[in-house]
Amino acid sequence: MSAASMIPAVSIPEFVKRHSFIELDARARAQSLMDSGSWRELVGPFDRIESPWLPKQGIAPQFDDGCVVLKGTIADKPAVVIALEGGFQAGSMGEVSGAKMTAALDLATKDSENGKQTAAVLLLETGGVRLQEANLGLAAIAELLASLLALRQHAPIITVIAGTVGCFGGMSLAAGLSSYVVMTMEARLGLNGAEVIEQESGIEEFDSSDRALIWAVYGGEQRVAMGVADELVTDDASKVAAAVREFVKAGRPSIHRSEQVDLYRQRIASIDTSKQIDPVSLRKLWNPKRGAQ
Amino acid sequence: MEKLEFDYPSANRTVSKKAHVGVVGSGDMEVLMQPAEKGIAHVSVVTSVNGFGKSWQAVLDRFFAKHDGAVRIDINDAGATPGSVMLRLEQAMEAIDQ
Repeated sequence: MSAASMIPAVSIPEFVKRHSFIELDARARAQSLMDSGSWRELVGPFDRIESPWLPKQGIAPQFDDGCVVLKGTIADKPAVVIALEGGFQAGSMGEVSGAKMTAALDLATKDSENGKQTAAVLLLETGGVRLQEANLGLAAIAELLASLLALRQHAPIITVIAGTVGCFGGMSLAAGLSSYVVMTMEARLGLNGAEVIEQESGIEEFDSSDRALIWAVYGGEQRVAMGVADELVTDDASKVAAAVREFVKAGRPSIHRSEQVDLYRQRIASIDTSKQIDPVSLRKLWNPKRGAQ
Repeated sequence: MEKLEFDYPSANRTVSKKAHVGVVGSGDMEVLMQPAEKGIAHVSVVTSVNGFGKSWQAVLDRFFAKHDGAVRIDINDAGATPGSVMLRLEQAMEAIDQ
C-alpha cells in the first residue's frame, strides 16, 4: 500500500461539495467540532482582553488575542475546544492567549477531578512563542505544558493541525504531549520551521523553498506514517469533527506517546547519522507497522 | 500605529444585536459592532497604518449614510484597503440585521 492511499480516495464531486475546515477561521473551526447548540464562548472578543504589549510596538492587537475558547459537549461528553487563529500574528502565543489556554485547561482538570471528565481539543495553527512578548510568551508555553500534563491524567487531549500555518516552535511540544493528534495533508508539524533551519544552518542543510522536501519532512502524511500523529483526514469539516468525536469517545490512551522515552531513545540511537536519512526510511524506522505498508 | 475616533450623532436606527467579524491579518481587519444609545454612535479604530484618517472618515461617512444604525463600532486594522473595510462593516451589519 502506498503512503498516498492512507486516506480514502475522494471522488471529485465529493471533494467539491465538501465543507472545507481549513477555510474556516478559528471560531468557526471550534464551533464546527462541538455538539450543535451545546457551546458557549469564554472570554470572547466583546470582553476585549487584548495583548497590552503589541500596541506598544506599533502592532494592532486582536480583541480575543487570537485565542478562542468554547465550552460545551462533543459526542455528549463535556469538552473544551481551544482554537488559535493562524491569521493573527501566525497564531503565536502571547501573555493573554497563553493565559486563556492555560485557564481553560485548568478548569477542565478541576471539573475532571470533581468527577466530570472534560476532554480538551486544541486547534493549533501556530508558530509558537510570540516573539514580541518574549519571556511572557515562553512562560505561557511552560504553563500550558504543565496544564496539559495535569489534564491528561484525567481526560483525553486531542490536537488538530489542519493548516495552513501548521504547528511549530514551543507549541509543537503541546502537540507532542497530546493524547491524540489529527492532521490533514496540508498541515505541518515540527519543532524548528524550515526557514529557521535554513537561516541557522545554510541552504545546503535545508532548502526552505523546496515544498516537496518540506512536506516530506513535516507534512501530515509523513507525521501519521511515522506514528507521531494518529489520524490523517481530508480537509472536510465533517471528517475532522468525526475524527475528534471518535477520540473523545475513546478516552485516554493506556500510555501516552511522550511517556515512551526508552522506545524513542532506542530509535534515535539506531539512526546512522553518517548519512542523510530519507523520509521513507524514517517512516519504517519510526513506525515499523505503518511505515512498512 | 494610530488610534482614530469618529462620532455619528445623527445615526438613529435602533439595533438589538451585536456582531464580530474579521481577523487582524495582513490586509484585513476585525470589527466589533454592538447597539449604542441613539445619538451616540461612535467608531474607534486602531490601525497599524498611519496617515489615513481621511480615508477612514470617507468610508465611515458612506457606511453611516447607508445604514444609519445607532451602533458602537470597534475596529482593529492590519492594513485593510477602503474596499475591504466597507465589506467588513457591511458583513457585520448583515449579521446584526439577520
